Amino acid sequence: MTLNFVVPGDDFTRAGEASGAVKQKMKQLGFPSDVIRKVSIALYEGEINMVIHAGGGQVDVEISQDAIDLVLTDHGPGIADIEQAMQDGFSTAPDHVRDLGFGAGMGLPNMKKYSDEFHLESEVGVGTTVRMRIYNH
Amino acid sequence: MTVREIKDYLEADLLYGEDLLDSEVHTACGSDMMSDVLAFVKNQAVLLTGLMNPQAIRTAEMMDMTCIVFVRGKEPNETVIDLAREKGICVLKTRHPMFAACGILYSHGLRGGHEQ
Repeated sequence: MTLNFVVPGDDFTRAGEASGAVKQKMKQLGFPSDVIRKVSIALYEGEINMVIHAGGGQVDVEISQDAIDLVLTDHGPGIADIEQAMQDGFSTAPDHVRDLGFGAGMGLPNMKKYSDEFHLESEVGVGTTVRMRIYNH
Repeated sequence: MTVREIKDYLEADLLYGEDLLDSEVHTACGSDMMSDVLAFVKNQAVLLTGLMNPQAIRTAEMMDMTCIVFVRGKEPNETVIDLAREKGICVLKTRHPMFAACGILYSHGLRGGHEQ
């Protein structure tokens, strides 16, 4: 099953709609709660990142019995130093984002932590693509 | 501990979730930074926060939490309450600040849980 979402870049309050919808669908399909939670959190952090840093983006979800594949694509500014961006606590988010409850530098580390496979490609000035796979054990 | 007991201990107002008051909860966490909440899955059922936007509800949703407690007497707006209703998450509001609210619940036996 394939699900596609556009994450609007101008409305922070709507970040999380895709994760909520995927969570609901996985519940209906009877996936174990811990697998659902991993997918939900990884995708939710990705949505928040796309709104904060990239002006929105695209989420493509492929759900099969064995695994859930998440592909997050944006055309934002890109990430200059991926290794640095992956460190716990490193953030380039502006202060107003911290007032919204994010920008603690845990977004990408959390996405990596909750996914079984994690790939990040980014080019400055072009955009970023994150691919995550979570296995249904 | 039940959500009803949390409401009583914190002298809190119920903003949504009458039917969830008798739900049993065993662990909680308190934070205004949602990524910190999302960083550790410990099966917490309650989130205490001073963050007054819909992302507090969404974070509780992703973590399968039962109840959210807004501290420091701040009033969430209708958008927040509407989202909580849609997601089936109980919402309380207490005048106590974060540290005191957490301390009151801890002294009555609510714990932080263990990372899975």
